[in-house]
Amino acid sequence: MAQTSTVARGGGEPSAPVRRNKPQARRTGLPDWLVPYALLLPGLLVIAALLLYPLYQMVDMSFHQVGLRQIRAINPSPAEFVGLDNYTSILDSDLFWTSLRNTVVFAVVTVALTLILGTLVGLLLNKLGPKMSMFVVVGIMAAWATPPTAQAVVWKWLFDSDAGVVNWVLNLLPDWLSSLVFGRSDWSGQPWFNDTITLYLVLIIAVVWASFPFIAVSVLAGLKSIPSELYEAARMDGATGVGTFRKITFPLLKPVFSVLVVLSTIWDFKVFTQLYLLAGGTVNRDAFNLSLWSYAEAFSSPPKMGLGAAIAVVLTAILLVITFVYVRNIVKTEDVR
Amino acid sequence: MSPVTRKRLGRAALNAAGVAVFLFAVFPVYWMVTTAFKPNDQIFTTSFIPFPNPPSMDHVSRVFTEGVAGHSVWRYLLNSTIVALSAVVMGAVFALLAATAVARFRFRFRTSFLILLLIVQMVPSEALLIPLFTMVKRLGLYDQLLGLIVINVGLTLPFSVWMLRTFVAAVPKELEEASWIDGAGRFTTFWRVLFPLVAPGLVATSIFSFITTWNEFVFALTLIGDQGKYTMPVALQFFVGQRSTDWGGIMAASTLMTIPVLIFFLLVQRRMVSGLVAGAVKG
Repeated sequence: MAQTSTVARGGGEPSAPVRRNKPQARRTGLPDWLVPYALLLPGLLVIAALLLYPLYQMVDMSFHQVGLRQIRAINPSPAEFVGLDNYTSILDSDLFWTSLRNTVVFAVVTVALTLILGTLVGLLLNKLGPKMSMFVVVGIMAAWATPPTAQAVVWKWLFDSDAGVVNWVLNLLPDWLSSLVFGRSDWSGQPWFNDTITLYLVLIIAVVWASFPFIAVSVLAGLKSIPSELYEAARMDGATGVGTFRKITFPLLKPVFSVLVVLSTIWDFKVFTQLYLLAGGTVNRDAFNLSLWSYAEAFSSPPKMGLGAAIAVVLTAILLVITFVYVRNIVKTEDVR
Repeated sequence: MSPVTRKRLGRAALNAAGVAVFLFAVFPVYWMVTTAFKPNDQIFTTSFIPFPNPPSMDHVSRVFTEGVAGHSVWRYLLNSTIVALSAVVMGAVFALLAATAVARFRFRFRTSFLILLLIVQMVPSEALLIPLFTMVKRLGLYDQLLGLIVINVGLTLPFSVWMLRTFVAAVPKELEEASWIDGAGRFTTFWRVLFPLVAPGLVATSIFSFITTWNEFVFALTLIGDQGKYTMPVALQFFVGQRSTDWGGIMAASTLMTIPVLIFFLLVQRRMVSGLVAGAVKG
């Protein structure tokens, strides 16, 4: 394959030493055109076995009834084909609407807050002096680096009803202000995790806290790539700060933003670890989102793997639509071709 | 107000905002670490105690000796390390080969493969949980760290290839060509020329996979039932469920889990951003 040969382009220089033989037809037995496929094969097999095949199986299982007897190691009985039954029972379930609502509302609010906060911090980092900027970057790294399980545990502790710092801070507020804003002044013993709305409030804070650093650092990297002449020209023309952002910064960072929006949406749509820990497992059905619901159906007894798989199919379908937008953007901006 | 004063005030306001962001980001981590070193009477109090006075090692030594779920935290840290290191080493080999193919050769299905990488990265791993669980059960790998290792290789591979290919592409082709002209074979060229130059990128990619695997929760939760084989995140979850009010111990365990990630993070921070938004942040 002529175009795989890099030597064909570089080796032809007049100064190149005399070639002993055609470099691409060398000692090893493998023909040149086969080399990339041989390199790709192991990775492709891993992806096929661990990602693509399970994906197919997930769809397949969603049309079957799969319980304990189908998944046992010894002598499993074949799964019974039930057609669309799993899907109809999802749609009939109250849990579908509450978990879809929880998933979507959480993702929309969290993505919006993360992006706003992250962009503001990115802009701030760009304005700060080098030492101060470094100081803040190291600080936000700490939030970013905290493992999801530790994040959940820490925020659970901060919002603890008896000895949590948050209730202590809220109690510090002057009584009139607290009653005006929240309609109450005493926060001692406020249980944050019993009620779905306050539970999700804490979840949103925790996830925004952990994910805004990535946005901030990415926005900062994007800002650094904008030539400063553009800003000087804008200042000469008397542009205001907001005007400069709208006319220069935002349009030039648009590709960055589109990737960040889609990545954040995908991450926040399937949030599992933090929710699982904050909600204390699968006891509070009202707090389910789609991933937690799927997990709960498949892994609490009696396991309904088929039903769980059907929920997972729904979640994956939603995510693939979002991914499609992402891939189209990448293909446009990157050298995939 | 003179322009100079205004400029100074502006700078002061910006720095104040910087400090506020810093505090918001760091406080929870600070609180986690300090709680781990506070004696119980300073933890269970409605007043605010900013730092442990005097610091106590009770909780830290307790999670090591008495432990969680009948095992010392060492055990879980060890399990996590085994899983993460094995997955990283296996994954690095596959990723390096595939990244070389994609970055160095033009061939049919190259674009299709890259798009496939992007798409499988986006499939929620929670969705793969159910089929992979039945697969692992059928293969007799339930309750084995090996099953977890293999699955983590699969989970991290697409991103590793995606990130590594930019590092391979950054190595000038002329170097390999020179080596060919000198009569070196394909393998020698790869091993003696390309590999040393890609090594820093491979390290960065591996650290990223390590962190992902170290943090991985849902597969470890479902594929491991034997408490002695728990990884750190699952042990922490178990701890919370079992003794939800032992905040000193819980914070000690989560601090121990966070430290390695934090160190790695500071090492590869810059590369991670460029990998994640690959190409979008181009000048």
